[in-house]
Amino acid sequence: MLSDIALYGAIETGLIYGLVAFGIYISFRVLDFPDLTVDGSFPLGAAVAAMLIIAGWNPWIATGAAVLAGMAAGAVTAILNVKLNILNLLASILTMIALYSINLRIMGRPNVALLGEDTVLTPWYDLPLDYHQVPVLLFVIVVLVSLVLLWRFMKSETGLAMRATGANARMARAQGIATGGMIILGVALSNGLVGLAGALFAQSQGAADVTMGVGVIVIGLASLIGGEAVITPNTVIKALVACVVGAIIYRLAIAFALNADFLGLQSQDLNLITAVLVTLAIVLPGARASLVARFTRNKA
Amino acid sequence: MISATDLKLTFGKGTPLENPALRGMSLTVNQGEFVTVIGSNGAGKSTFLNALAGEVMVDSGNIIVDNVDVTKLPTHKRANRVARVFQDPLAGTCEGLSIEENLALAIKRGQRRGLTTAVKKQYMERFRESLSTLKLGLENRLGDKMGLLSGGQRQAVSLLMASLTPSAILLLDEHTAALDPKTAAFVLELTTRIIEEQNLTALMVTHSMKQALEVGDRTVMLHQGEVVFDIEGEDRKGLEVKDLLGLFEKQRGLEVDDDSLLLG
Repeated sequence: MLSDIALYGAIETGLIYGLVAFGIYISFRVLDFPDLTVDGSFPLGAAVAAMLIIAGWNPWIATGAAVLAGMAAGAVTAILNVKLNILNLLASILTMIALYSINLRIMGRPNVALLGEDTVLTPWYDLPLDYHQVPVLLFVIVVLVSLVLLWRFMKSETGLAMRATGANARMARAQGIATGGMIILGVALSNGLVGLAGALFAQSQGAADVTMGVGVIVIGLASLIGGEAVITPNTVIKALVACVVGAIIYRLAIAFALNADFLGLQSQDLNLITAVLVTLAIVLPGARASLVARFTRNKA
Repeated sequence: MISATDLKLTFGKGTPLENPALRGMSLTVNQGEFVTVIGSNGAGKSTFLNALAGEVMVDSGNIIVDNVDVTKLPTHKRANRVARVFQDPLAGTCEGLSIEENLALAIKRGQRRGLTTAVKKQYMERFRESLSTLKLGLENRLGDKMGLLSGGQRQAVSLLMASLTPSAILLLDEHTAALDPKTAAFVLELTTRIIEEQNLTALMVTHSMKQALEVGDRTVMLHQGEVVFDIEGEDRKGLEVKDLLGLFEKQRGLEVDDDSLLLG
């Protein structure tokens, strides 16, 4: 079984990826905009937060700056698509590649350690809690606040206009919605959340690394799809809860897989496991339906 | 009032597929007028409606809606003046959103959208009231997803949405064509009722000559991107489909060979 440290570690990382899953929910589900920028905006958030913290900024302000940097990256992708008519997927790949160079520039080297620096977590260690429970508590609060704000936004006039843009752009235009503007706003918001996740991840891991974004999109998608398999996302609030639940389940599944000695898996197999889990999450709901259909046919 | 002057639009200019869809279309629709538009396939009916709505930009000519030149404005900037119901019943509403959310989108058509809750309590009375006029029981299903409704029900809601806020003109693009005859008759009856009650200015494209003569108070026929005839008032009364065909042939010196014109 999992040790306490592995369990809390999995939940902590799961909560951070819950924020990534929120971002991916906005781009992939609300806007129907396949956005791979996240692989670049996640380390961007980490790099911006890490450098500002090292420069002596308040860690919360540094984290806020990371959110803004992520939003700017998302806005670039969306503008490439909306204003320059570049295919959405390609536009996001262009930004992602560009961000690799930008992240190296920001950090000046491939990785930056935050050892001994004050992070958003530092004051929380004074609480009478176990060392590995502290990040979980803080991130639960961050995720809950983000969830409520995002839910309220999606229910607002502007949020509804954004949902209409992704669902039926022609209808949205006919209702007077500037669909291009909604795409820019949405993709920026999405990458802002991913930048936040990157900033928190760097602070909890104690380092920012230029390669830490590799595969974030797949993990985020795994969380999103996994969550949707557990909680039917027929309302906005359920879809958002599904993101967090999916992300935590995903991290726990990974932790169990790596801990189960009889499987013989090692940490370098992580990406393979991820790919298998995503495939299962996509295929299983359909397989279950066809199984149910087979049984009901047999009965009849 | 809406007036289109000398609209010209060619698709695929400079390519072998060059297709002049509008060739100097002019039409003025007065306040409170209900105009039906007919024409064979490729006559430019849909292109004309798309040009009025802003979905396509004309090469030349101009479009004035309520004394404002909207020729260069994109769709969403005309939406406060132009309301629209599409041919495809699925196109006018969002199936993933609930009925009340769709109506809430429509009640803010062409206005600024802020960060306050979209589905406001003070709208509910109005939503229920207007839905109840459809007599489909939808007033008790406000929270249901639009996708649960049939094509006819969705088209009826689209029509309500288009009339929820005032507009200079209501564009109806063969909005009964994709429905079964009974539902089509219901939606058409609803259309004429709403237009009459609210004294709307409307332009209805239809494939059916019969329908074009039965409803509205003026009929315009398009052919090859131009208006070939325009009848109203006394001239229009008692006119039948065969008279319309005769008129068309006389005007153009053409034989009508398009069966679709005779249908309905």
